[in-house]
Amino acid sequence: MITKRIIPCLDVKDGRVVKGVNFLGLNDVSSPVRLAEYYSESGADELVFYDITASAEGRALFTDILSEVAKKIFIPLTVGGGINSVDDFDRVLKCGADKVSVNSGAIKNPNIIYEAAKLYGNQCVVISADVKRVDGVFRVFSTGGRTNTGMEAIEWIKHCVDMGAGEVVVNSIDTDGVKQGFDLEMLDAVTNAVNVPVIASGGAGCIEDFKKLFTALPKVDAGLAASIFHFGEVKIPELKSELKKADIPVRI
Amino acid sequence: MVAIIDYGVGNLFSLKSSLDAIGVKAAVTGNPEEIENAEKIILPGVGAFGDAAEKLRQTGLDRIIKEEARSQKPILGICLGMQLLFEKSYEYGEHEGLGLIKGEIRPIADVIPKGLKIPHIGWNALNLIRPENKLFKYINKGDFVYFVHSYYGADCSESIIATAEYGSELTAAVADGNVFGCQFHPEKSGRVGLNILRAFCETEG
Repeated sequence: MITKRIIPCLDVKDGRVVKGVNFLGLNDVSSPVRLAEYYSESGADELVFYDITASAEGRALFTDILSEVAKKIFIPLTVGGGINSVDDFDRVLKCGADKVSVNSGAIKNPNIIYEAAKLYGNQCVVISADVKRVDGVFRVFSTGGRTNTGMEAIEWIKHCVDMGAGEVVVNSIDTDGVKQGFDLEMLDAVTNAVNVPVIASGGAGCIEDFKKLFTALPKVDAGLAASIFHFGEVKIPELKSELKKADIPVRI
Repeated sequence: MVAIIDYGVGNLFSLKSSLDAIGVKAAVTGNPEEIENAEKIILPGVGAFGDAAEKLRQTGLDRIIKEEARSQKPILGICLGMQLLFEKSYEYGEHEGLGLIKGEIRPIADVIPKGLKIPHIGWNALNLIRPENKLFKYINKGDFVYFVHSYYGADCSESIIATAEYGSELTAAVADGNVFGCQFHPEKSGRVGLNILRAFCETEG
């Protein structure tokens, strides 16, 4: 049986991991390679690297560290951030990424999904959507959750899957950072609309939140989080053994 | 030296890195002479069967792989590379494979219940049909490996050595003498995957 995936997300800026990383026993806490090794050893099923660099020089550093990670870590690696063209796909895939996540780039130019899927296969193209309720309607936001595109989110995600996206990351802006659990209502709507893997993101605060996610919504394939893993609030080995006890299939 | 066959299909960075990690000398190559001189051959691949089979034919690598297989050199096909070892595939039409493994490649949609997602993507447990196979020297029943595929090896009961359960028992690995195939990606399957590659690299032709 296929297992539920637990995915830590690392934000990288100018070649270093940023945003609250606080590990015991790690000297160089901002080294992407050390962190990736740490997560891989503790049972992460996949890693997401998010490039929040603005400059071209920073982008070059990012690809350098990506290949450093890919030389040492043998689990699937997904890369997102600043993906605006098929050339961007090419750049990160050549450095060892397995999947590429596209967000604002697809909003600007939805064709990128079709073009990339044709070239690299659907399994390689991940659509990541930042979604927020506006007057009771799920809307897609762009530019890191700052701009309301006005698009209805479920329709947009369906459209992206029709264009060739092989996986969907749903980031709920409403629950992000609140640590009160994943946005089950939003995720339910998405899993009922598409038949590709759905990754839940935004809102996890404790082990119980993952348990609720996979129990309430068996169609969700993976849970993604950042700070709770980075700060050690949730430890992956413990999380997985608790999920296993609750009869949720996980890789241990 | 292990030759990782480069025929313009897929990303070979991780595969090369994983062999580096287990201390095996490997070259990513499409050069016939280098492939003939290698002790072992790995045939990778992602994408569509028809395109890949066509590329192997155009480059003449299909002939070389078959000859090397006949001369008892160990060969490992990975993912689409495993599927290419079969006689035939029904992915978008009907295409001829290398015929080194008896059987055909068919859509998993034919055998799994409706409602299950396609592709079969993620970590799944290996059910070892032939635990004594050389490929499994360092792994155990129930070890997890990473899959991404929409087609599977069918009618290959003679050579099936492992399956994975996804609404149906899908072919996960095959072997026929010196010819091996993994539907999953050992280069993306953590320690278990590296141990499978290690076992392959230790086989004798």
